[in-house]
Amino acid sequence: MTETSSQNANVVAELLRSWNPKAVAEVSEFRGETTIVVPRELLRAAAAYCRQHAGLQYNLLTDATCLDRYPHEPRFELNYHLVSIPRREKVRLKVKLSGNDPVVDSLVVVWPGANWLEREIFDLFGIRFLGHPDLRRILLPDDWEGHPLRRDYPVEGYRDVPNTGELFRKSSTP
Amino acid sequence: MTTVETATGAAKTMVLNMGPQHPSTHGVLRILLELDGETVVKAVPDLGYLHTGIEKSCEDKTYSQAITLTDRMDYLNPLGNNLVYCLAVEKLLGLAVPKRAQYIRVMMVELQRISSHLVWLGTHAIDLGAMSVFLYCFREREEILKIFEMFSGQRMMTSYIRIGGVALDPPAGWRQAVERFLKMMPSRVDEYESLLTENRIWMGRTKGVGYISAEDAIAYSMTGPTLRAAGVAYDNRKVFPYSSYEEFDFDIPTRTDSDCFARYMIRVAEMRESLKIIRQAFGKITNEGPIKAEAPGIIPPQREKMKTEMEALIYHFKIFTEGFSPAPGEAFVTVESPRGELGCFIASDGSPKPLRVHFRSPSYINLQALPKLIEGQLIADVIACIGTIDIVLGEVDR
Repeated sequence: MTETSSQNANVVAELLRSWNPKAVAEVSEFRGETTIVVPRELLRAAAAYCRQHAGLQYNLLTDATCLDRYPHEPRFELNYHLVSIPRREKVRLKVKLSGNDPVVDSLVVVWPGANWLEREIFDLFGIRFLGHPDLRRILLPDDWEGHPLRRDYPVEGYRDVPNTGELFRKSSTP
Repeated sequence: MTTVETATGAAKTMVLNMGPQHPSTHGVLRILLELDGETVVKAVPDLGYLHTGIEKSCEDKTYSQAITLTDRMDYLNPLGNNLVYCLAVEKLLGLAVPKRAQYIRVMMVELQRISSHLVWLGTHAIDLGAMSVFLYCFREREEILKIFEMFSGQRMMTSYIRIGGVALDPPAGWRQAVERFLKMMPSRVDEYESLLTENRIWMGRTKGVGYISAEDAIAYSMTGPTLRAAGVAYDNRKVFPYSSYEEFDFDIPTRTDSDCFARYMIRVAEMRESLKIIRQAFGKITNEGPIKAEAPGIIPPQREKMKTEMEALIYHFKIFTEGFSPAPGEAFVTVESPRGELGCFIASDGSPKPLRVHFRSPSYINLQALPKLIEGQLIADVIACIGTIDIVLGEVDR
């Protein structure tokens, strides 16, 4: 199992490199999962390449999610999980974004299914997607302040914190 | 000619607010429908009414504490949610689960799949006007919930699947209970089919309604029965087997019509396949054997050991106060839930609490294609289409 997936890592990384030498910033393997870090400027083109190339055929964008490594920089990592239904392979494309400028190209033109996935990330992490047709909050109310899944957003929230007295007062670790 | 004019004339359309309290939205889904007469011109789903921040809460809990939260996402598939979460944690830890526990897990999630499809079939039929099917479906679902209660003490929020195995040994008398169910169920599935499959009203309400092509379904990231009804045999149990599914003999039903009727036929066929899997798992589960992996410091020790061995007591104390710390890394696991591909992404930074837990919920992603299914159709078909993609709002909003 691990052997085949590391072969897969090589195939994907090789093909992406032959397409554009700058497209692969980093390749890693953990527990049989392949992660390819792609530079921000090349994300949309690399995703379209993964979808269309006959040797890759990653036709299903199964998931997209964000990870906040606050206080480290670059703090945001976007993870796109792609599945190739004909080849029965999975890969993870990753893009790292700094907290000062959390903007990335939208993948809605590549997969229409990226629409709500990106809206969810926008809603909960405050990352903006350029070229998204309908970038609105999706789970939270429109007038919500802040982006709750960021690590510096307290679990209890900012508002309506019940007064539990000294006994249950939490330390302010994020 | 006149129809073209009314479709484009802005003054001729009206906006209708459907939900969030509408009974056929199966929860709190709100859809804004722009209507031209009875035809839907545009549909905009509005969600978030049941958002409970489960992913954020998981970040504030130890790995084992978060299991009870996963039960409450997709409340028709709590065991499947437990399973995907535990598989992801086990992948992070590199932990192998004993075979006996894997077979028990398979049997339980397949029972859960049948019970979820029964709720779907009953509520879908009641939406389309067939009242009695609902009563029959809930009668059989009750039998499955009784089995869950036997195993875990709970009917719905079982938290039965734990990291490294399952919570408890199968109880005394479980074989008779499962056997009774296996004997009864095939004829009951026939009964539902005799009520619906060739029923003229049922066919009229579902055939040719809610079509989506296979290309569109994949592009919109749809999975599960909706994708298989479009002719794509994509099922995680076959494509990326987990929990020893590769040892089981079963088929993936597919159809090509990709309408509400095809999805109904797929789910009925899946119930029969699940019965096949349960029967095989029933034979594979031995009477004796471990139900949890041996991993001191991660899996709580047995009660007897805890009372006699100092080391076991220390581990027990540490696991339930501090928790355990997987190596830094990320894991993404997908399983086949009754609704489609259910995924769990966990990132660890080496501390006892996860850095990030994310659930790829099939209801949320399948719901995205709803406007594609209903635009251009009649308003009465909206209800059939919402029912047919089988959403659970607890999972949509998480």
